[in-house]
Amino acid sequence: MAYELIAIGTSLGGLSALKTLLRSLPTAFPAALAIVQHRHKESDQGLSSFLQKFTVLPVHEVEDKERIQPGHVYFAPPDYHLLVEYGYFSLSVDEPVCYARPSIDVLLESAADVYNERAIGVLLTGANHDGVQGLSSLKAQGGVTIVQAPNTAESPILPTAAIAAVNVDWVLPLADIAPRLIHLCPAAGV
Amino acid sequence: MGILKPDDVDIHLLIEGLYHRYGYDFRNYAKASLKRRIQSFLKSEGLSSVPELQVKMLGDRACADRLLLGLTVNTTAMFRDPSFYIAFRQQVVPLLRTYPFFRIWHAGCSTGQEVYSMAILLQEEGLYPRCRIYATDANEKVLQTARQGIYPSKQMQEYTHLYLKAGGRRSFSEYYTARYNSVILRPFLRERIVFGEHNLVTDGSFNEFNVIICRNVLIYFNQALQNQVHELFYNSLCKFGVLGLGKQETIRFTKYEMAYDDLAKAEKLYRRRS
Repeated sequence: MAYELIAIGTSLGGLSALKTLLRSLPTAFPAALAIVQHRHKESDQGLSSFLQKFTVLPVHEVEDKERIQPGHVYFAPPDYHLLVEYGYFSLSVDEPVCYARPSIDVLLESAADVYNERAIGVLLTGANHDGVQGLSSLKAQGGVTIVQAPNTAESPILPTAAIAAVNVDWVLPLADIAPRLIHLCPAAGV
Repeated sequence: MGILKPDDVDIHLLIEGLYHRYGYDFRNYAKASLKRRIQSFLKSEGLSSVPELQVKMLGDRACADRLLLGLTVNTTAMFRDPSFYIAFRQQVVPLLRTYPFFRIWHAGCSTGQEVYSMAILLQEEGLYPRCRIYATDANEKVLQTARQGIYPSKQMQEYTHLYLKAGGRRSFSEYYTARYNSVILRPFLRERIVFGEHNLVTDGSFNEFNVIICRNVLIYFNQALQNQVHELFYNSLCKFGVLGLGKQETIRFTKYEMAYDDLAKAEKLYRRRS
């Protein structure tokens, strides 16, 4: 079973955690990554252009109906929810979920619904519970769940809540998450 | 259509039922967000499954109407995305100055805040007397609010902030009168606006426009329906007419990509080619 989509959620402390994670992923990584990082609604595209400096994978702020391509990194734009359809993304400006838009739950639930056991859900450092419900759905639909070990998280609230609520497959120190993803998603021909 | 998962079949049947029973057409809406809204509507109705909702909705018009409202999204604000208005002032206003008279179609205007924002911008540019704005929405209920131009005063602080960021030149309070917990926009702002019901899914073209604004509406449609609406927009725009989409929307993934040039790329302002 090849994993096609890795859905990642994080809030407080996420920028530095994402830097660590993304810089360790190699060229031609065979799965797509969709990321929700909580941020202010009036923030600009600084986040994705900043993180592009640390990864060989192309980074995008998603535009509506953008195609999901393996080895690309997709960020939810500020003030929009990011949703997964089969093969492409949709955006919405529906009500915030857990006070958040983009919401991690919205991304993870839609990824779970469409990609089922071909999805991996990852929760990193975060200061509220947005993401727990989504990770639970992803697990229920047969996807793989990974949570950053709370003692390595800048803000342990989200990882701790996720571990309490979901029978998580892997609880890993931040440094071990990218190697685990590489292991789960071997490059074609390997 | 391929084989669907059981819960997707339930959603499919609900949407088909809503169409065949009442004519409300959500068949080509983007599935992921539609599903979320149906789930939260179930909660608000105290129902536990989509099949229960099917049965209830088919026999109960009031429930179907509530569902219709629950499935439509009306997130809006005055001067939402201020940078859009700055780009409009810089890139579009100079073009509009060359017309003795011009028409703007604001498609999917919801409760009207963004239409009035455009009226204020044109007023400040001295162009308002030369225009007619057609503001349409599929939902009569939100149009009633739009026509009244009455909004909660607690939103004025945010609107004022956005107005100033959007390049506003006056004191924002000049545009409304406060009364109790509401404000009413000054009547002159309504003078050049015609509000009317128009459904982008089922209704056709009704005039030729110099500008069409449709922001954060098409994100709720699938690609087939987006293409259909872009055909409608293309056929409703005059030569070199301007199309304005939402910040994260794009003409790129549609059939009409080649029919427009970028006018302000980051703000999704496009200009129809000949």
